[in-house]
Amino acid sequence: MSVVSPAPPLRLKESYLSVSFTIRSWLLSTDHKRIGILYLLSITALFLFGGAAAVAMRVELMTPQADVVRAEVYNRMFTVHGVIMVWFFLIPSIPAVLGNFLIPLMIGARDLAFPKLNLASWYVFMAGAAFTLWAIVRGGVDTGWTFYTPYSSTYSNSYVMLTATGIFITGFSSIFTGLNFIVTIHTMRAPGLQWFRLPLFVWSLYATSLILVLATPVLAISLGLIALERLFGFGIYDPNKGGDPLLFQHLFWFYSHPAVYIMILPGMGVVSETIACFSRKAVFGYKVVAMSSLAIAVLGFLVWGHHMFVSGQSTYAGLVFSLLSFLVAIPSAIKTFNWTATLYKGQITFATPMLYALGFIGLFTIGGLTGLVLASLAVDVHVHDTYFVVAHFHYIMVGGMVMAYLGGIHFWWPKMTGRMYPEGWARFSAILVFVGFNLTFFPQFLLGYLGMPRRYHTYPAEFQVLNVMSTAGASILGVGYLFPLTYLLWSLRYGPRAESNPWNATGLEWQTPSPPPTYNFKETPVVTEGPYHYETGE
Amino acid sequence: MDSHADHAVRRYFGIFAALLVLLVITVGAAYVHLGAANIVVALVIAVVKASLVAWVFMHLRSSTPIVILFALGGVFWLVILILLTAADFLAR
Amino acid sequence: MRDQGKAAAVASDLPIPVAHQFDDARQQHEAAAMGMWIFLATEILFFGGLFTGYAVYRAVEPQGFHEASRHLDLLLGTLNTGLLLTSSLTMALAVHSAENGLRRPTIGWLLTTSMLGLGFLAIKGYEYAHKVHEHLWPGPHFVAPPDASRGFEQFFVLYVSMTGLHAIHMAAGLLVMWVMVIILWRSRHVARHSNFVEMFGLYWHFVDIVWIFLFPLLYLIDRS
Ligand SMILES: [Cu+2]
Repeated sequence: MSVVSPAPPLRLKESYLSVSFTIRSWLLSTDHKRIGILYLLSITALFLFGGAAAVAMRVELMTPQADVVRAEVYNRMFTVHGVIMVWFFLIPSIPAVLGNFLIPLMIGARDLAFPKLNLASWYVFMAGAAFTLWAIVRGGVDTGWTFYTPYSSTYSNSYVMLTATGIFITGFSSIFTGLNFIVTIHTMRAPGLQWFRLPLFVWSLYATSLILVLATPVLAISLGLIALERLFGFGIYDPNKGGDPLLFQHLFWFYSHPAVYIMILPGMGVVSETIACFSRKAVFGYKVVAMSSLAIAVLGFLVWGHHMFVSGQSTYAGLVFSLLSFLVAIPSAIKTFNWTATLYKGQITFATPMLYALGFIGLFTIGGLTGLVLASLAVDVHVHDTYFVVAHFHYIMVGGMVMAYLGGIHFWWPKMTGRMYPEGWARFSAILVFVGFNLTFFPQFLLGYLGMPRRYHTYPAEFQVLNVMSTAGASILGVGYLFPLTYLLWSLRYGPRAESNPWNATGLEWQTPSPPPTYNFKETPVVTEGPYHYETGE
Repeated sequence: MDSHADHAVRRYFGIFAALLVLLVITVGAAYVHLGAANIVVALVIAVVKASLVAWVFMHLRSSTPIVILFALGGVFWLVILILLTAADFLAR
Repeated sequence: MRDQGKAAAVASDLPIPVAHQFDDARQQHEAAAMGMWIFLATEILFFGGLFTGYAVYRAVEPQGFHEASRHLDLLLGTLNTGLLLTSSLTMALAVHSAENGLRRPTIGWLLTTSMLGLGFLAIKGYEYAHKVHEHLWPGPHFVAPPDASRGFEQFFVLYVSMTGLHAIHMAAGLLVMWVMVIILWRSRHVARHSNFVEMFGLYWHFVDIVWIFLFPLLYLIDRS
């Protein structure tokens, strides 16, 4: 993005990191950049926690028999893994960390529209996490992350209410964040920054925010009704009390299918930015890619019934939901084709963020195409609740979102911290993550297709080879995650200092010093061009 | 300024009177046997009342188009939720 | 309202404080209004889950809903609707006064609004107590009449959940309203807080709108 007033040449002494070093100045900061860092620290800790549960599961699954945990404990492990990873890592990951940090920078604003609300969202998030962790410490919850009724509302003897309370509270932090982003993008763009000059990352987070705002309240009420049934015996979901368990599934998936797009759209935004930068080309079909984010956000609300094909939903509704699920693949495919077209004849450099972005495209494609397999009514009956489903959504969530998240963290690390990470180590661990991921989850497609159901801690002996492969992959993946944790921390002290624009990228965030000053820009930038003028810009 | 202000106040009282009239009508309509049309009448009146409140009391009439879009958006998404859920319950 | 012109002049002399992230008061007001309406959209969907449950359960068991609805007190329901509609009027007048910098009328209308809200909650509480007494409160002590159709209890589950969530919203609104009254009482310049009053007004009207739908759906299922 070209700017009439050039970036200040001399480094501003006061970056947002150095204005004050007290703990108080962090905990009471309304600076969107500091709040992004607070989120980064919190969700990293929670990711390690959720990851530990996954490691424990993969250890148990090395052998066909139960040798580490009992069935009851295993149920709690996969529930904890799901709850933590979905609500306390994936949902806040790119939006709350990178979105918070970057949106005001990318649109040339001094902060988000509601800085205090932003800080409140972090506190609300931490309160929700505290409830959930408390539930886990007391003995956990065994319903699966989906809380299906009437098991969750009547029969389960685990800490359903505490966990649900934690998730309910955390929902408000999602809503605060989404609301803040929408208002900010609408009202606070720099002069000249028209909608079709916005970076695709901003477009994708705008679409994500719409989902956050419109879907999260329905999750809240569905959990609230579980509370009424569980605590006061209201007959809303339990058929014994005259309720209908499918009402819960409708409300839950009205949130939780769009939540899949909360967990992938921001990743698509990161990939658009990195592909453009490391191909030195404008994103092919910019407007179409921008609009496809909105299309995904809207169409994503119309397909939730594909989670209920075998749960007693009407066959006619199943038909409609199946058809609509195929439609939502179109905008996702458009994005994938456009990224590929962007690469064509680009001057590609395989820097670490680019490696993650390329990994994203491949893995997301596999995850998306197997999603179409599952959206087909008849096939779904065969593979429903098997490892095929587990592999499918991990290709989207981990192969897609976590890869994009790591790519984004690397891409903007110099901006966030003012330091460069060690490129060699970073590339090595990006490859490690890719290899480990595929070795973990590709065998699970085969396991599921062969009929191994999910959520069991034992299995017939014939599945062992594939399970051992998966566990071996998981250990590689785990190491691949620990490397960045180590060298990124190392870089804070020993990494070379970053310039304001180390990648020669376009975009307003690169036109202010690294790390940026508290109010981001010395003078409000004026925008005269679209976001990716790479061919002409250099 | 003054005449403008008085004008607004007068409009508020007018809307309030309309709301009370509609309240009487909707209660009265419940006592008329209309069969399946009963719920339709009740909901139409409720929509009119809600629109009056939103349009005048909540200043939608002088709001930017984008604010009106958000207000309608919430309603539209609610319709999606109800319609597709009902598509299952009614087709079983 | 004799001092209106004077007050308006005073109000326009005092610049409304603009937070650091905004360029001017107009941008600040636009952001606040948009944020409030997005919040209300989330509220629509929060209540929406309950409305969905109501829609499908009533569609499946219309007879049970019809019978159950007649156990609600229509007189009290109508009275409460009247109270809420009136409180919407007084709230609109409070916002109007705040925008014109009229401190006392603003406080007066807000207190009137809160009294009407309190009256609503008192009547609601009386109705609840009555339902508990009649064993029509859902849960283990619920006793349906022997000839009741299926869906009879689900009506009361939804009645209590929907009106209960609505009442919680009312109560939260009352708390905020009283805080606002204290702030206005201490402050000399109402216009500085007119954004706050206006945004709160939107919330209050929204809660009123929810009731506008709850009333016919719960109390008015074919009384003929
Ligand atoms: Cu889905």
